[in-house]
Amino acid sequence: MIAEHPVIQILIPLLGAPLCVLTGRGVLAYWLALACSLASLFVATRLLATVMATGPIVYELGGWAAPWGIEYRIGPLNSFVLLLVALLGAMVMLAAKKSVESEIPGDRRHFFYAAMLLCQTGLLGITITGDAFNVFVFLEIAALSSYVLIAMGHQRRALYASYQYLIMGTIGSTFILISIGLLYQMTGTLNMADLAARLPAVGDTRTVLVSFAFFMVGVSLKMALFPLHMWLPNAYTYAPSIVSAFLASTATKVAVYVMIRFLFSIYGPAFAFDRIGVSQILGSLALVGIVIMSAAAIFQNNVKRLLAYSSVAQIGYIVLGISFASENGLTGGIVHLFNHGLMKGALFLVVAAVVYRVGSSDLNAFRGLGRAMPVTMFLFVLGGLGMIGVPLTVGFISKWYLILAAIETGHWLAVALVLLSSLLAVIYVWRVVEFAYFQPRDRDSDPVGEAPLSMLVPTAILVLATIVFGINTEWTVGVARAAAVFLLGGHA
Amino acid sequence: MSHEMTLLIAPLVPLIGAALVSLTGRSPNLRETISIVTGVVLLLLVAPLAPAVMNGARPEAVVWEVLPGLPIAFALEPLGMLFALVASGLWIVTTLYAIGYMRAHDEPSQTRFFACFAIAIAASVGIAFAANLFTLFIFYEALTLSTYPLVTHSRTNEAMRAGRVYLGILFTTSICFLLLAIIWTWFLTGTLDFTPGGILAGKADPMTIGILLALFAFGTGKAALMPFHRWLPAAMVAPTPVSALLHAVAVVKAGVFTVMKVVVYIFGLDLLTETGVNEWLIYVASGTIVLASLIAMTKDNLKARLAYSTISQLSYIVLGAALATQASMIGGSMHIAMHAFGKITLFFCAGAIYVATHKKNISDMEGLGRAMPITFAAFFIGSLSVIGLPPLGGMWSKWFLVLGAAEAGRMIPIAVLMVSSLLNVAYLLPIPLRAFFRAPKGLAPGETLTFSEAPLLCLVPICVTAIGCIVLFFYADSVYRLLEGMG
Repeated sequence: MIAEHPVIQILIPLLGAPLCVLTGRGVLAYWLALACSLASLFVATRLLATVMATGPIVYELGGWAAPWGIEYRIGPLNSFVLLLVALLGAMVMLAAKKSVESEIPGDRRHFFYAAMLLCQTGLLGITITGDAFNVFVFLEIAALSSYVLIAMGHQRRALYASYQYLIMGTIGSTFILISIGLLYQMTGTLNMADLAARLPAVGDTRTVLVSFAFFMVGVSLKMALFPLHMWLPNAYTYAPSIVSAFLASTATKVAVYVMIRFLFSIYGPAFAFDRIGVSQILGSLALVGIVIMSAAAIFQNNVKRLLAYSSVAQIGYIVLGISFASENGLTGGIVHLFNHGLMKGALFLVVAAVVYRVGSSDLNAFRGLGRAMPVTMFLFVLGGLGMIGVPLTVGFISKWYLILAAIETGHWLAVALVLLSSLLAVIYVWRVVEFAYFQPRDRDSDPVGEAPLSMLVPTAILVLATIVFGINTEWTVGVARAAAVFLLGGHA
Repeated sequence: MSHEMTLLIAPLVPLIGAALVSLTGRSPNLRETISIVTGVVLLLLVAPLAPAVMNGARPEAVVWEVLPGLPIAFALEPLGMLFALVASGLWIVTTLYAIGYMRAHDEPSQTRFFACFAIAIAASVGIAFAANLFTLFIFYEALTLSTYPLVTHSRTNEAMRAGRVYLGILFTTSICFLLLAIIWTWFLTGTLDFTPGGILAGKADPMTIGILLALFAFGTGKAALMPFHRWLPAAMVAPTPVSALLHAVAVVKAGVFTVMKVVVYIFGLDLLTETGVNEWLIYVASGTIVLASLIAMTKDNLKARLAYSTISQLSYIVLGAALATQASMIGGSMHIAMHAFGKITLFFCAGAIYVATHKKNISDMEGLGRAMPITFAAFFIGSLSVIGLPPLGGMWSKWFLVLGAAEAGRMIPIAVLMVSSLLNVAYLLPIPLRAFFRAPKGLAPGETLTFSEAPLLCLVPICVTAIGCIVLFFYADSVYRLLEGMG
């Protein structure tokens, strides 16, 4: 049974999606989607437990042995990312019902849930597979379904945002496809382990260099690394609130995962870092992104957009950690990948609750919510403290490792800029706090009540997780460190 | 109960108190009873530790290991003992005062006020007990956050702006400098434990030691070293009990406590004097002492004047640390207690005057002494203690500081301490003297002021702390014996 788990992880949402469409317009689609998400979360936890207990799992799809067949290969890193995707998928789905009912017209809801499940399938698939071409296939499943999801936003501008993302996303995936094609041309294999074994022999060829360049640009587009982030703020702002919460916490993180995977276990650290010197480029882009995007977040008047810019900045933290290519740096990057997913998911769910009650994610809509929605706003404050990196939250743990890694490797500018951007985070979080707690609601506006329990509970679970994993890091940092050691060990 | 257990339980007590306070908001009398009982329980837990620490006991307890080698852990030593005693002891007095003040003022959101107050005390006790820099930093930030709602209590635009300055400076310094210093220390030494004799010796070159000292000294924004002092006057928009306990005792003392603790247990006195990196800190502290006193003289608002006086007095303690001699260290540490009693008395008086007459400015207080003789008598006592005259506690800490400066062979700090005393005389003493000896303003001929003191709940704490200043003069010996075991 355990051996079958890897494929079940993908099958559940993949089969759930068409079923959702078949159930028609009723409320059944929601419950089906929720059941699939929860089941998927269960499988993900089992997988991680197995990997941590007995080591990597290898599963050959359809019984075809690698390198001919597609292989699922699950180690500490991707089981960790799988859990993030499945956890956020489940929490967001728990909160989805009311928000979707208020934002998506009745005749499209079953399609919406089907698209959500497909998006999950794609993201889980990218993470689980050990086959380079399979990564591209799932990348497209995730991307196409997210174009649809974003376009469902109730403002017309959602269409434009989705189109923008479509163009940029397609360029990104095409570049990745070209890169994989070139790799195939040089090595005759698509299996990642096999690729890693054969690449060093042809590492000096121009083809491999070109494939590397295409890959880096493509994946940077996908993960919205500054300055290729242009699609992201609009997409997250105009997407339905639930979609923003899901995509912000998972989609870009999975793209970062793809980058880590290709850099360390296909091209290999020796090629990517020692020969090409990708550290310099990634590190500088990350740093510039961290500072400029954090600063940009300060000037946003829409909380969704504010959080979106902050997301681009936080991607910078993760990439910065990776660019150090040291054990502490990678640990910090990977653990932040997970931690940031939790925090951003929670914060976007808070915004979803506000949109549900007040009807807008504008900063002005937050006036007086400290009194009107005390629990929701308290959750926002706690999540925001995580973004700042206050001790006993997950943000502090990530920051600790990033700064430690920067000091170790003598990157003093990185130290200064990371600390500076924490201050910028204080400002953009506090802007919302001040609106919520110091500005009165307009007198003539309708009274606003606390968010419904169905939205509060998943948000609270995520916020609680940001605190629990800020105190008990044995598990998160443990897995991240295991992954870092594994990756730096040059294992395929 | 073992001392180790006490260490674990004591910081929890105010937290539980805060939870109960939040739950009983509907019934103010019950809520206030809980606040007082919590304070008494805390003091009863903390006080019995003092004799043990004096006899050389150093109880330790680990709460939880957050990252490998970085536990949240408590360990008691003399300096932490003194700080915990001062904070928890004065909390009870302040609670009584706060009840009187808040009720007389009919302030809104009193439940939030008392709950946040209790959390702030829990954080202070956590700082006092911290066994390593990591634990200290956690509670340090918790103290900043828990006092933010207190500073911005009135929710006005003025409070919001003051809150920005407050959080802005405290977070900027703690995130940019203190956290960096902590991680750097961890990188250099692989430990963050407070260790007698320090942990940095032999681990870094003098240049790095100097930078680290600067990061620690300025990173501890709560110590209000210039130029990072502006948050303290800004925090004065808070209700007076907050200014009294938190911004004259708990928060600011947490700052100077951190500086002293880092100097003694992370750097070690010997390392500082050997490398000579303490030189500039002596001048920064001296400069802060004099400049803040000069600014205090220009302030007509009583709380603002007291705030600048606090900034100046805090640097006495930093100076004590910077001089890095046995006597100066004891003098500085002792000043934590001595200044606490003196300054809290002064703030209590400021609040009592405000409650009784709604006057904030010193120029309006002429002649008030006839109406509020007890308050102004207490103010007089408090002023003398802050100035450092016998028979009041403040004299002893200054004594040891001057002794320490002489031991270190430095004349400038001695001169600064003397000048500062004169400045204190100039800006503190005229207040009670004018209140007693000048004629009241704006009275019709023949009209006299009637006796109109603040409510009894405000008045009693004032007398308690004023008497405390006198008692400390006679019992400074026990404080000295406690602190002797430091380092």
